[in-house]
Amino acid sequence: MTTPVRKKGRLSEAVQNIQPSGIRRFFDMASTMDNVISLGVGEPDFVTPWKVREASIDSMERGYTAYTANPGIIELREEISSYLSRQFSTPYDPENEIIVTVGASEAIDIAIRSTVNPGEEVVIIEPGFVSYAPIVSLAGGKPVSIGTKKENEFKVTKEELEAAITSNTKAIMLCFPNNPTGAVMTKEDLDPLVEIIEKNDLLVLSDEIYAELSYDQKHYSFARLPGMKERTILISGFSKAFAMTGWRLGFVCAPADITAAMLKIHQYAMMCASTPAQYGALEALRSGQDDVERMVTSYKQRRNYMVKSFAEIGLSCHVPGGAFYAFPSIEETGMDSNAFAEGLLHEERVAVVPGNVFGEGGEGHIRCSYATSMESLETAIERIGRFIKKHSS
Amino acid sequence: MEEHELEILRLVEENGRLDIATIAKMVDRTEEEVQTVLNKLEKENIILSYAAVVDWSKVNEREGVTAMIDVKVTPQRGVGFDEVAERIYRFPEVEALYLVSGAYDLLVVIDGDTMSEIARFVSEKLSALDSVISTTTHFRLKTYKHDGIMFGDGEDDDKRIVVSP
Ligand SMILES: Cc1ncc(COP(=O)(O)O)c(C=O)c1O
Repeated sequence: MTTPVRKKGRLSEAVQNIQPSGIRRFFDMASTMDNVISLGVGEPDFVTPWKVREASIDSMERGYTAYTANPGIIELREEISSYLSRQFSTPYDPENEIIVTVGASEAIDIAIRSTVNPGEEVVIIEPGFVSYAPIVSLAGGKPVSIGTKKENEFKVTKEELEAAITSNTKAIMLCFPNNPTGAVMTKEDLDPLVEIIEKNDLLVLSDEIYAELSYDQKHYSFARLPGMKERTILISGFSKAFAMTGWRLGFVCAPADITAAMLKIHQYAMMCASTPAQYGALEALRSGQDDVERMVTSYKQRRNYMVKSFAEIGLSCHVPGGAFYAFPSIEETGMDSNAFAEGLLHEERVAVVPGNVFGEGGEGHIRCSYATSMESLETAIERIGRFIKKHSS
Repeated sequence: MEEHELEILRLVEENGRLDIATIAKMVDRTEEEVQTVLNKLEKENIILSYAAVVDWSKVNEREGVTAMIDVKVTPQRGVGFDEVAERIYRFPEVEALYLVSGAYDLLVVIDGDTMSEIARFVSEKLSALDSVISTTTHFRLKTYKHDGIMFGDGEDDDKRIVVSP
Protein backbone atom coordinates (compact mmCIF):
# COMPACT_ATOMS: atom_id res chain seq x y z
CA MET A 1 0.00 0.00 0.00
CA THR A 2 1.29 3.42 -0.90
CA THR A 3 1.35 6.25 1.58
CA PRO A 4 -1.48 8.73 0.90
CA VAL A 5 -0.29 11.91 -0.74
CA ARG A 6 -0.21 14.81 1.64
CA LYS A 7 -2.63 17.43 0.28
CA LYS A 8 -2.75 19.82 3.15
CA GLY A 9 0.19 22.13 3.42
CA ARG A 10 1.92 20.90 0.33
CA LEU A 11 1.80 24.29 -1.35
CA SER A 12 3.93 27.13 -0.08
CA GLU A 13 2.16 29.87 1.81
CA ALA A 14 3.73 32.43 -0.44
CA VAL A 15 2.12 30.96 -3.51
CA GLN A 16 -1.19 30.39 -1.79
CA ASN A 17 -1.29 34.02 -0.83
CA ILE A 18 -1.14 35.31 -4.37
CA GLN A 19 -4.25 35.41 -6.53
CA PRO A 20 -4.44 34.23 -10.12
CA SER A 21 -4.62 37.17 -12.50
CA GLY A 22 -8.10 38.59 -13.19
CA ILE A 23 -7.19 38.54 -16.85
CA ARG A 24 -7.34 34.78 -16.82
CA ARG A 25 -11.09 34.83 -16.04
CA PHE A 26 -11.81 36.91 -19.12
CA PHE A 27 -9.63 34.72 -21.22
CA ASP A 28 -11.63 31.68 -20.11
CA MET A 29 -14.92 33.41 -20.87
CA ALA A 30 -13.94 34.86 -24.22
CA SER A 31 -12.20 31.79 -25.56
CA THR A 32 -15.38 29.72 -25.42
CA MET A 33 -17.30 32.17 -27.62
CA ASP A 34 -17.49 32.59 -31.38
CA ASN A 35 -17.41 35.81 -33.36
CA VAL A 36 -15.63 37.69 -30.59
CA ILE A 37 -13.70 40.80 -31.51
CA SER A 38 -10.90 41.01 -29.05
CA LEU A 39 -9.52 44.26 -27.73
CA GLY A 40 -8.08 42.19 -24.94
CA VAL A 41 -4.80 41.21 -26.49
CA GLY A 42 -1.69 42.56 -24.82
CA GLU A 43 0.65 41.95 -27.72
CA PRO A 44 1.36 43.33 -31.20
CA ASP A 45 -0.80 42.21 -34.11
CA PHE A 46 2.25 42.10 -36.35
CA VAL A 47 4.16 38.93 -36.99
CA THR A 48 7.88 39.26 -36.23
CA PRO A 49 9.65 40.91 -39.21
CA TRP A 50 10.78 38.24 -41.65
CA LYS A 51 14.45 39.24 -41.54
CA VAL A 52 14.46 38.49 -37.82
CA ARG A 53 12.79 35.13 -38.28
CA GLU A 54 15.13 34.35 -41.14
CA ALA A 55 18.21 35.17 -39.06
CA SER A 56 17.03 32.86 -36.33
CA ILE A 57 16.32 30.03 -38.78
CA ASP A 58 19.76 30.58 -40.26
CA SER A 59 21.42 30.36 -36.85
CA MET A 60 19.75 27.01 -36.28
CA GLU A 61 20.80 25.76 -39.70
CA ARG A 62 24.36 26.68 -38.86
CA GLY A 63 24.12 24.73 -35.65
CA TYR A 64 23.90 27.43 -33.00
CA THR A 65 21.81 25.27 -30.73
CA ALA A 66 23.91 25.08 -27.58
CA TYR A 67 23.72 27.11 -24.34
CA THR A 68 25.16 30.58 -24.51
CA ALA A 69 27.05 32.48 -21.82
CA ASN A 70 24.72 33.09 -18.86
CA PRO A 71 24.13 36.78 -19.57
CA GLY A 72 23.63 36.11 -23.28
CA ILE A 73 25.86 36.16 -26.35
CA ILE A 74 28.28 39.06 -26.15
CA GLU A 75 27.38 40.30 -29.65
CA LEU A 76 23.80 40.73 -28.54
CA ARG A 77 24.78 42.53 -25.34
CA GLU A 78 26.96 44.84 -27.42
CA GLU A 79 24.06 45.54 -29.76
CA ILE A 80 21.75 46.19 -26.82
CA SER A 81 24.32 48.59 -25.43
CA SER A 82 24.62 50.58 -28.63
CA TYR A 83 20.88 50.45 -29.23
CA LEU A 84 20.19 51.94 -25.81
CA SER A 85 22.77 54.68 -26.34
CA ARG A 86 21.48 55.46 -29.80
CA GLN A 87 17.76 55.41 -29.03
CA PHE A 88 17.51 56.54 -25.44
CA SER A 89 20.91 58.00 -24.52
CA THR A 90 21.34 55.43 -21.77
CA PRO A 91 24.65 53.65 -22.31
CA TYR A 92 25.34 50.41 -20.44
CA ASP A 93 28.47 48.29 -20.34
CA PRO A 94 27.84 45.05 -22.26
CA GLU A 95 30.35 43.16 -20.13
CA ASN A 96 28.87 43.70 -16.70
CA GLU A 97 25.72 45.79 -16.81
CA ILE A 98 23.44 43.85 -19.18
CA ILE A 99 21.73 40.47 -18.94
CA VAL A 100 19.66 38.95 -21.73
CA THR A 101 16.58 37.47 -20.07
CA VAL A 102 13.60 35.27 -20.82
CA GLY A 103 11.34 38.22 -21.58
CA ALA A 104 10.95 41.36 -19.54
CA SER A 105 8.95 39.02 -17.30
CA GLU A 106 12.09 37.31 -16.06
CA ALA A 107 13.82 40.65 -15.79
CA ILE A 108 11.07 41.89 -13.46
CA ASP A 109 11.44 38.76 -11.35
CA ILE A 110 15.22 38.83 -10.97
CA ALA A 111 15.27 42.60 -10.43
CA ILE A 112 12.85 42.27 -7.53
CA ARG A 113 14.32 39.10 -6.07
CA SER A 114 17.85 40.41 -6.09
CA THR A 115 16.99 43.65 -4.28
CA VAL A 116 14.02 43.13 -1.96
CA ASN A 117 14.38 41.64 1.54
CA PRO A 118 11.46 40.10 3.40
CA GLY A 119 9.33 42.84 4.87
CA GLU A 120 10.68 45.60 2.64
CA GLU A 121 8.17 47.65 0.70
CA VAL A 122 8.07 48.25 -3.01
CA VAL A 123 5.93 51.10 -4.26
CA ILE A 124 3.95 50.07 -7.31
CA ILE A 125 2.27 52.54 -9.62
CA GLU A 126 -1.19 51.37 -10.55
CA PRO A 127 -3.12 50.77 -12.72
CA GLY A 128 -0.13 48.71 -13.77
CA PHE A 129 1.12 45.49 -15.25
CA VAL A 130 -0.29 42.52 -13.37
CA SER A 131 2.95 40.80 -12.41
CA TYR A 132 4.66 43.39 -10.20
CA ALA A 133 2.75 42.96 -6.94
CA PRO A 134 2.68 39.13 -6.99
CA ILE A 135 6.41 38.96 -7.70
CA VAL A 136 7.13 41.36 -4.85
CA SER A 137 5.00 39.20 -2.56
CA LEU A 138 6.74 36.02 -3.69
CA ALA A 139 10.04 37.64 -2.78
CA GLY A 140 8.67 38.26 0.71
CA GLY A 141 8.34 41.98 0.09
CA LYS A 142 5.30 44.13 0.56
CA PRO A 143 3.73 45.80 -2.47
CA VAL A 144 2.39 49.28 -1.72
CA SER A 145 0.12 50.72 -4.40
CA ILE A 146 -0.27 54.22 -5.63
CA GLY A 147 -3.41 54.62 -7.71
CA THR A 148 -2.79 57.19 -10.41
CA LYS A 149 -5.64 59.39 -11.57
CA LYS A 150 -7.26 60.21 -14.84
CA GLU A 151 -7.08 63.93 -14.08
CA ASN A 152 -3.30 63.55 -13.85
CA GLU A 153 -3.29 61.56 -17.09
CA PHE A 154 -2.33 58.53 -15.01
CA LYS A 155 1.08 59.97 -14.18
CA VAL A 156 2.45 59.62 -10.70
CA THR A 157 3.01 62.85 -8.80
CA LYS A 158 5.68 63.78 -6.30
CA GLU A 159 3.03 64.15 -3.58
CA GLU A 160 1.57 60.71 -4.22
CA LEU A 161 5.01 59.15 -4.12
CA GLU A 162 5.98 60.95 -0.94
CA ALA A 163 2.78 59.82 0.78
CA ALA A 164 3.44 56.18 -0.08
CA ILE A 165 6.94 56.04 1.34
CA THR A 166 7.73 54.63 4.78
CA SER A 167 10.99 53.81 6.52
CA ASN A 168 10.65 50.31 5.01
CA THR A 169 10.43 51.42 1.40
CA LYS A 170 13.18 49.88 -0.67
CA ALA A 171 12.23 50.54 -4.25
CA ILE A 172 9.72 52.01 -6.61
CA MET A 173 8.48 50.21 -9.67
CA LEU A 174 7.75 52.47 -12.65
CA CYS A 175 6.27 51.59 -16.02
CA PHE A 176 5.94 54.31 -18.64
CA PRO A 177 4.59 54.10 -21.31
CA ASN A 178 2.13 52.21 -19.17
CA ASN A 179 0.14 49.05 -19.57
CA PRO A 180 -2.91 49.47 -19.22
CA THR A 181 -3.28 53.26 -19.29
CA GLY A 182 -0.92 54.17 -22.13
CA ALA A 183 0.32 57.02 -19.91
CA VAL A 184 3.77 58.43 -20.53
CA MET A 185 5.96 60.55 -18.31
CA THR A 186 8.22 63.15 -19.87
CA LYS A 187 11.48 64.34 -18.40
CA GLU A 188 9.57 67.24 -16.83
CA ASP A 189 7.11 64.83 -15.25
CA LEU A 190 9.89 62.61 -13.88
CA ASP A 191 12.18 65.37 -12.60
CA PRO A 192 10.23 66.11 -9.39
CA LEU A 193 10.41 62.45 -8.33
CA VAL A 194 14.20 62.53 -8.16
CA GLU A 195 14.36 64.52 -4.97
CA ILE A 196 12.09 62.06 -3.11
CA ILE A 197 13.99 59.09 -4.47
CA GLU A 198 17.31 60.52 -3.36
CA LYS A 199 16.03 61.67 0.02
CA ASN A 200 14.75 58.18 0.78
CA ASP A 201 17.62 56.39 -0.88
CA LEU A 202 15.34 54.30 -3.12
CA LEU A 203 16.01 52.00 -6.01
CA VAL A 204 13.96 52.44 -9.17
CA LEU A 205 12.83 49.46 -11.20
CA SER A 206 11.86 50.97 -14.51
CA ASP A 207 9.94 48.75 -16.92
CA GLU A 208 10.41 50.51 -20.25
CA ILE A 209 9.27 47.73 -22.52
CA TYR A 210 6.94 50.09 -24.40
CA ALA A 211 9.60 52.79 -24.87
CA GLU A 212 9.64 52.53 -28.65
CA LEU A 213 5.88 52.83 -28.80
CA SER A 214 5.80 56.51 -27.86
CA TYR A 215 3.68 58.58 -30.22
CA ASP A 216 3.91 62.23 -29.32
CA GLN A 217 7.50 62.63 -28.22
CA LYS A 218 10.56 60.51 -27.86
CA HIS A 219 10.67 58.32 -24.77
CA TYR A 220 12.76 59.64 -21.90
CA SER A 221 14.37 56.87 -19.91
CA PHE A 222 14.39 57.17 -16.14
CA ALA A 223 18.03 56.11 -16.11
CA ARG A 224 18.90 59.19 -18.12
CA LEU A 225 18.00 61.60 -15.32
CA PRO A 226 21.09 63.03 -13.66
CA GLY A 227 22.32 60.73 -10.91
CA MET A 228 19.58 58.16 -11.47
CA LYS A 229 21.45 55.53 -13.46
CA GLU A 230 23.20 54.38 -10.28
CA ARG A 231 19.80 53.66 -8.68
CA THR A 232 17.95 52.30 -11.67
CA ILE A 233 17.29 48.82 -12.93
CA LEU A 234 16.17 49.25 -16.53
CA ILE A 235 13.87 46.51 -17.76
CA SER A 236 13.01 46.10 -21.42
CA GLY A 237 12.74 43.57 -24.19
CA PHE A 238 11.89 42.65 -27.73
CA SER A 239 8.25 41.63 -27.30
CA LYS A 240 6.52 44.90 -28.03
CA ALA A 241 8.86 46.98 -30.18
CA PHE A 242 9.89 44.15 -32.49
CA ALA A 243 6.69 42.08 -32.27
CA MET A 244 8.54 39.16 -30.68
CA THR A 245 6.32 38.15 -27.76
CA GLY A 246 6.50 34.42 -28.38
CA TRP A 247 10.29 34.41 -28.56
CA ARG A 248 10.48 35.17 -24.85
CA LEU A 249 13.40 37.52 -24.96
CA GLY A 250 14.13 40.63 -22.93
CA PHE A 251 16.97 42.30 -21.13
CA VAL A 252 17.80 44.03 -17.92
CA CYS A 253 20.45 46.70 -17.32
CA ALA A 254 21.73 47.87 -13.97
CA PRO A 255 24.83 48.98 -12.10
CA ALA A 256 27.43 46.19 -11.98
CA ASP A 257 26.77 45.08 -8.39
CA ILE A 258 23.06 44.64 -9.01
CA THR A 259 23.69 42.98 -12.37
CA ALA A 260 26.02 40.48 -10.69
CA ALA A 261 23.31 39.72 -8.12
CA MET A 262 20.64 39.27 -10.79
CA LEU A 263 22.97 37.07 -12.77
CA LYS A 264 23.20 34.66 -9.83
CA ILE A 265 19.45 34.05 -9.95
CA HIS A 266 19.40 33.99 -13.74
CA GLN A 267 22.19 31.45 -13.99
CA TYR A 268 20.52 29.05 -11.57
CA ALA A 269 16.93 29.56 -12.70
CA MET A 270 17.37 29.98 -16.46
CA MET A 271 20.98 29.23 -17.36
CA CYS A 272 20.54 31.45 -20.40
CA ALA A 273 17.85 32.75 -22.72
CA SER A 274 16.92 30.77 -25.83
CA THR A 275 19.83 30.67 -28.25
CA PRO A 276 17.88 30.90 -31.55
CA ALA A 277 15.89 33.78 -30.06
CA GLN A 278 19.11 35.61 -29.22
CA TYR A 279 20.29 35.33 -32.82
CA GLY A 280 16.97 36.64 -34.04
CA ALA A 281 17.19 39.56 -31.64
CA LEU A 282 20.67 40.36 -32.88
CA GLU A 283 19.25 40.90 -36.36
CA ALA A 284 16.33 42.89 -34.94
CA LEU A 285 18.74 45.37 -33.37
CA ARG A 286 21.05 45.48 -36.37
CA SER A 287 18.45 46.09 -39.03
CA GLY A 288 14.97 46.20 -37.54
CA GLN A 289 14.55 49.89 -36.83
CA ASP A 290 12.63 50.52 -40.07
CA ASP A 291 10.19 47.82 -39.11
CA VAL A 292 9.77 49.36 -35.68
CA GLU A 293 8.97 52.71 -37.27
CA ARG A 294 6.47 51.18 -39.64
CA MET A 295 4.68 49.49 -36.76
CA VAL A 296 4.79 52.61 -34.58
CA THR A 297 3.15 54.68 -37.34
CA SER A 298 0.41 52.14 -37.61
CA TYR A 299 -0.21 52.02 -33.84
CA LYS A 300 -0.30 55.78 -33.69
CA GLN A 301 -2.96 55.94 -36.42
CA ARG A 302 -5.04 53.42 -34.57
CA ARG A 303 -4.52 55.27 -31.28
CA ASN A 304 -5.86 58.42 -32.92
CA TYR A 305 -8.78 56.53 -34.35
CA MET A 306 -9.73 54.98 -31.01
CA VAL A 307 -9.53 58.17 -28.96
CA LYS A 308 -11.70 60.09 -31.43
CA SER A 309 -14.15 57.25 -31.83
CA PHE A 310 -14.56 56.86 -28.07
CA ALA A 311 -15.37 60.55 -27.84
CA GLU A 312 -18.00 60.10 -30.55
CA ILE A 313 -19.76 57.27 -28.75
CA GLY A 314 -19.63 59.12 -25.45
CA LEU A 315 -16.74 57.51 -23.58
CA SER A 316 -14.21 59.90 -22.14
CA CYS A 317 -10.68 58.73 -22.78
CA HIS A 318 -7.41 60.45 -22.01
CA VAL A 319 -5.00 60.46 -24.92
CA PRO A 320 -2.58 57.60 -24.33
CA GLY A 321 0.88 58.77 -25.32
CA GLY A 322 2.33 55.29 -25.70
CA ALA A 323 1.91 51.49 -25.68
CA PHE A 324 -1.10 50.14 -27.59
CA TYR A 325 -3.85 50.53 -25.05
CA ALA A 326 -6.66 53.00 -24.65
CA PHE A 327 -8.13 53.23 -21.16
CA PRO A 328 -11.50 54.95 -21.44
CA SER A 329 -13.63 55.75 -18.44
CA ILE A 330 -16.94 53.89 -18.25
CA GLU A 331 -18.12 55.63 -15.09
CA GLU A 332 -20.85 57.49 -16.96
CA THR A 333 -22.61 54.19 -17.58
CA GLY A 334 -23.00 53.54 -13.88
CA MET A 335 -21.56 50.06 -14.27
CA ASP A 336 -18.38 48.88 -12.62
CA SER A 337 -15.63 47.71 -14.91
CA ASN A 338 -16.33 44.03 -14.38
CA ALA A 339 -20.03 44.31 -15.12
CA PHE A 340 -19.28 46.45 -18.15
CA ALA A 341 -16.69 44.07 -19.57
CA GLU A 342 -18.83 41.00 -18.92
CA GLY A 343 -21.94 42.61 -20.36
CA LEU A 344 -20.06 43.80 -23.41
CA LEU A 345 -18.64 40.35 -24.01
CA HIS A 346 -21.97 38.57 -23.67
CA GLU A 347 -24.19 41.06 -25.44
CA GLU A 348 -21.90 42.41 -28.13
CA ARG A 349 -19.06 39.91 -28.30
CA VAL A 350 -16.31 42.42 -27.73
CA ALA A 351 -13.59 41.36 -25.30
CA VAL A 352 -11.92 44.09 -23.23
CA VAL A 353 -10.17 43.83 -19.88
CA PRO A 354 -11.86 45.44 -16.86
CA GLY A 355 -9.66 48.13 -15.32
CA ASN A 356 -9.91 46.73 -11.82
CA VAL A 357 -7.59 43.82 -12.61
CA PHE A 358 -4.75 46.34 -12.97
CA GLY A 359 -4.99 47.43 -9.36
CA GLU A 360 -5.80 50.65 -7.65
CA GLY A 361 -7.21 53.41 -9.82
CA GLY A 362 -8.25 50.95 -12.51
CA GLU A 363 -11.90 50.66 -11.49
CA GLY A 364 -14.23 52.68 -13.67
CA HIS A 365 -12.15 51.99 -16.77
CA ILE A 366 -11.66 49.31 -19.37
CA ARG A 367 -8.46 48.45 -21.20
CA CYS A 368 -8.88 48.34 -24.95
CA SER A 369 -5.91 47.11 -26.90
CA TYR A 370 -5.89 48.63 -30.35
CA ALA A 371 -3.24 46.23 -31.63
CA THR A 372 -5.75 44.69 -33.98
CA SER A 373 -6.92 45.37 -37.53
CA MET A 374 -8.71 48.62 -38.40
CA GLU A 375 -11.60 46.55 -39.59
CA SER A 376 -11.96 44.94 -36.16
CA LEU A 377 -11.57 48.29 -34.43
CA GLU A 378 -14.33 49.81 -36.53
CA THR A 379 -16.69 46.95 -35.73
CA ALA A 380 -15.72 47.02 -32.06
CA ILE A 381 -16.47 50.74 -31.81
CA GLU A 382 -19.84 50.20 -33.45
CA ARG A 383 -20.68 47.44 -30.98
CA ILE A 384 -19.43 49.32 -27.92
CA GLY A 385 -21.44 52.36 -29.05
CA ARG A 386 -24.58 50.24 -29.29
CA PHE A 387 -23.89 48.70 -25.88
CA ILE A 388 -23.53 52.10 -24.25
CA LYS A 389 -26.67 53.45 -25.87
CA LYS A 390 -28.63 50.47 -24.68
CA HIS A 391 -27.41 50.82 -21.11
CA SER A 392 -27.47 54.56 -20.64
CA SER A 393 -30.49 55.58 -18.68
CA MET B 1 4.62 66.61 -50.55
CA GLU B 2 3.66 67.30 -46.97
CA GLU B 3 3.97 64.70 -44.24
CA HIS B 4 0.23 64.24 -43.73
CA GLU B 5 -0.35 63.90 -47.48
CA LEU B 6 2.24 61.13 -47.58
CA GLU B 7 0.60 59.48 -44.62
CA ILE B 8 -2.81 59.54 -46.31
CA LEU B 9 -1.29 58.23 -49.52
CA ARG B 10 0.29 55.30 -47.71
CA LEU B 11 -2.98 54.49 -45.97
CA VAL B 12 -5.05 54.35 -49.15
CA GLU B 13 -2.30 52.50 -50.96
CA GLU B 14 -2.59 49.78 -48.38
CA ASN B 15 -6.36 49.86 -48.10
CA GLY B 16 -8.32 51.71 -50.75
CA ARG B 17 -11.56 51.04 -48.93
CA LEU B 18 -10.86 53.09 -45.80
CA ASP B 19 -13.54 55.72 -45.63
CA ILE B 20 -12.76 59.38 -45.29
CA ALA B 21 -14.12 59.60 -41.75
CA THR B 22 -11.82 56.80 -40.61
CA ILE B 23 -8.78 58.22 -42.34
CA ALA B 24 -9.52 61.61 -40.79
CA LYS B 25 -9.47 60.12 -37.31
CA MET B 26 -6.33 58.11 -38.00
CA VAL B 27 -4.28 61.05 -39.22
CA ASP B 28 -5.85 63.54 -36.83
CA ARG B 29 -7.31 65.86 -39.51
CA THR B 30 -10.82 66.91 -40.45
CA GLU B 31 -12.76 65.01 -43.08
CA GLU B 32 -12.68 68.07 -45.32
CA GLU B 33 -8.90 68.20 -45.13
CA VAL B 34 -8.61 64.53 -46.04
CA GLN B 35 -11.04 64.99 -48.93
CA THR B 36 -9.02 67.92 -50.21
CA VAL B 37 -5.81 65.91 -50.09
CA LEU B 38 -7.38 62.96 -51.92
CA ASN B 39 -8.89 65.24 -54.56
CA LYS B 40 -5.53 66.81 -55.13
CA LEU B 41 -3.71 63.47 -55.34
CA GLU B 42 -6.29 62.19 -57.78
CA LYS B 43 -6.17 65.31 -59.89
CA GLU B 44 -2.39 65.14 -60.09
CA ASN B 45 -2.64 61.50 -61.16
CA ILE B 46 -0.66 60.40 -58.13
CA ILE B 47 -3.57 58.24 -57.08
CA LEU B 48 -4.60 56.49 -60.29
CA SER B 49 -7.10 53.94 -59.06
CA TYR B 50 -8.44 52.23 -55.93
CA ALA B 51 -8.34 48.70 -57.26
CA ALA B 52 -8.53 45.44 -55.31
CA VAL B 53 -5.78 42.83 -55.51
CA VAL B 54 -7.57 39.69 -56.73
CA ASP B 55 -6.37 36.13 -56.65
CA TRP B 56 -8.09 34.96 -59.83
CA SER B 57 -6.75 31.47 -59.45
CA LYS B 58 -9.39 30.97 -56.75
CA VAL B 59 -12.21 31.98 -59.09
CA ASN B 60 -13.45 28.97 -61.03
CA GLU B 61 -15.13 31.03 -63.72
CA ARG B 62 -11.94 32.67 -64.75
CA GLU B 63 -8.43 31.48 -64.28
CA GLY B 64 -6.91 33.28 -67.27
CA VAL B 65 -3.33 33.32 -68.45
CA THR B 66 -0.66 35.89 -67.79
CA ALA B 67 2.58 36.22 -69.68
CA MET B 68 5.64 38.35 -69.20
CA ILE B 69 7.29 39.16 -72.48
CA ASP B 70 10.82 40.45 -72.89
CA VAL B 71 10.94 42.69 -75.93
CA LYS B 72 14.00 43.98 -77.74
CA VAL B 73 13.37 47.06 -79.85
CA THR B 74 15.30 49.61 -81.90
CA PRO B 75 14.84 52.99 -80.28
CA GLN B 76 13.63 55.70 -82.64
CA ARG B 77 15.52 58.89 -83.24
CA GLY B 78 14.17 61.72 -81.11
CA VAL B 79 11.57 59.78 -79.19
CA GLY B 80 13.66 56.88 -77.89
CA PHE B 81 11.48 54.09 -76.59
CA ASP B 82 8.43 56.17 -75.80
CA GLU B 83 6.74 55.89 -79.14
CA VAL B 84 6.99 52.15 -79.49
CA ALA B 85 6.03 51.81 -75.81
CA GLU B 86 2.87 53.78 -76.41
CA ARG B 87 1.93 51.65 -79.39
CA ILE B 88 2.23 48.62 -77.15
CA TYR B 89 0.57 49.83 -73.96
CA ARG B 90 -2.51 51.08 -75.75
CA PHE B 91 -3.57 47.48 -76.36
CA PRO B 92 -6.08 46.73 -73.59
CA GLU B 93 -4.65 43.26 -73.00
CA VAL B 94 -1.38 44.87 -71.88
CA GLU B 95 -1.56 44.82 -68.11
CA ALA B 96 1.80 46.47 -67.47
CA LEU B 97 4.71 47.80 -69.46
CA TYR B 98 8.13 48.75 -68.18
CA LEU B 99 11.29 50.04 -69.79
CA VAL B 100 14.10 48.05 -68.24
CA SER B 101 17.87 47.92 -68.28
CA GLY B 102 19.74 44.75 -69.28
CA ALA B 103 19.56 42.28 -72.13
CA TYR B 104 16.25 43.52 -73.48
CA ASP B 105 14.39 46.81 -73.43
CA LEU B 106 10.73 46.44 -72.62
CA LEU B 107 8.93 44.14 -70.25
CA VAL B 108 5.32 43.62 -71.27
CA VAL B 109 2.79 41.91 -69.04
CA ILE B 110 -0.19 40.50 -70.91
CA ASP B 111 -3.42 39.11 -69.55
CA GLY B 112 -5.49 36.78 -71.66
CA ASP B 113 -8.06 34.03 -71.40
CA THR B 114 -6.00 31.34 -73.08
CA MET B 115 -2.42 30.67 -74.11
CA SER B 116 -3.34 30.75 -77.76
CA GLU B 117 -4.86 34.19 -77.34
CA ILE B 118 -1.56 35.44 -75.97
CA ALA B 119 0.41 33.62 -78.67
CA ARG B 120 -1.73 35.37 -81.23
CA PHE B 121 -1.11 38.74 -79.62
CA VAL B 122 2.63 38.18 -79.69
CA SER B 123 2.83 37.05 -83.30
CA GLU B 124 0.23 39.31 -84.81
CA LYS B 125 0.52 42.49 -82.79
CA LEU B 126 3.80 42.69 -80.95
CA SER B 127 6.25 41.08 -83.39
CA ALA B 128 4.55 42.84 -86.25
CA LEU B 129 5.71 46.24 -85.01
CA ASP B 130 8.59 47.55 -87.13
CA SER B 131 10.88 48.43 -84.25
CA VAL B 132 10.45 45.11 -82.42
CA ILE B 133 13.53 42.97 -82.98
CA SER B 134 12.72 39.97 -80.82
CA THR B 135 10.44 38.69 -78.07
CA THR B 136 10.74 36.04 -75.36
CA THR B 137 7.49 34.98 -73.72
CA HIS B 138 7.28 33.62 -70.16
CA PHE B 139 3.94 32.26 -69.03
CA ARG B 140 3.17 32.72 -65.37
CA LEU B 141 2.66 29.40 -63.61
CA LYS B 142 1.86 30.57 -60.10
CA THR B 143 1.65 33.81 -58.14
CA TYR B 144 3.36 33.83 -54.79
CA LYS B 145 3.20 37.55 -54.13
CA HIS B 146 1.76 40.49 -56.02
CA ASP B 147 1.81 44.20 -55.20
CA GLY B 148 3.39 43.40 -51.86
CA ILE B 149 0.64 40.98 -50.94
CA MET B 150 1.33 37.33 -50.28
CA PHE B 151 -0.99 34.97 -52.13
CA GLY B 152 -2.04 31.65 -50.69
CA ASP B 153 -2.76 31.58 -47.00
CA GLY B 154 -0.05 34.05 -46.04
CA GLU B 155 0.10 35.00 -42.37
CA ASP B 156 -3.26 36.65 -42.08
CA ASP B 157 -4.89 34.46 -39.49
CA ASP B 158 -4.47 35.78 -35.97
CA LYS B 159 -2.54 33.25 -33.93
CA ARG B 160 -2.73 35.20 -30.67
CA ILE B 161 -4.72 34.14 -27.62
CA VAL B 162 -7.87 36.24 -27.22
CA VAL B 163 -7.06 37.91 -23.91
CA SER B 164 -3.58 38.40 -22.47
CA PRO B 165 -1.83 40.69 -19.97
C1 LIG C 1 4.41 46.47 -18.83
C2 LIG C 1 4.85 45.13 -19.25
N1 LIG C 1 6.00 44.64 -18.78
C3 LIG C 1 6.43 43.42 -19.12
C4 LIG C 1 5.70 42.60 -19.97
C5 LIG C 1 6.23 41.24 -20.29
O1 LIG C 1 6.91 41.24 -21.48
P1 LIG C 1 7.81 40.02 -21.98
O2 LIG C 1 7.07 39.42 -23.12
O3 LIG C 1 9.08 40.65 -22.43
O4 LIG C 1 8.00 39.08 -20.86
C6 LIG C 1 4.51 43.07 -20.49
C7 LIG C 1 3.69 42.21 -21.38
O5 LIG C 1 2.51 42.37 -21.56
C8 LIG C 1 4.07 44.36 -20.13
O6 LIG C 1 2.91 44.85 -20.60
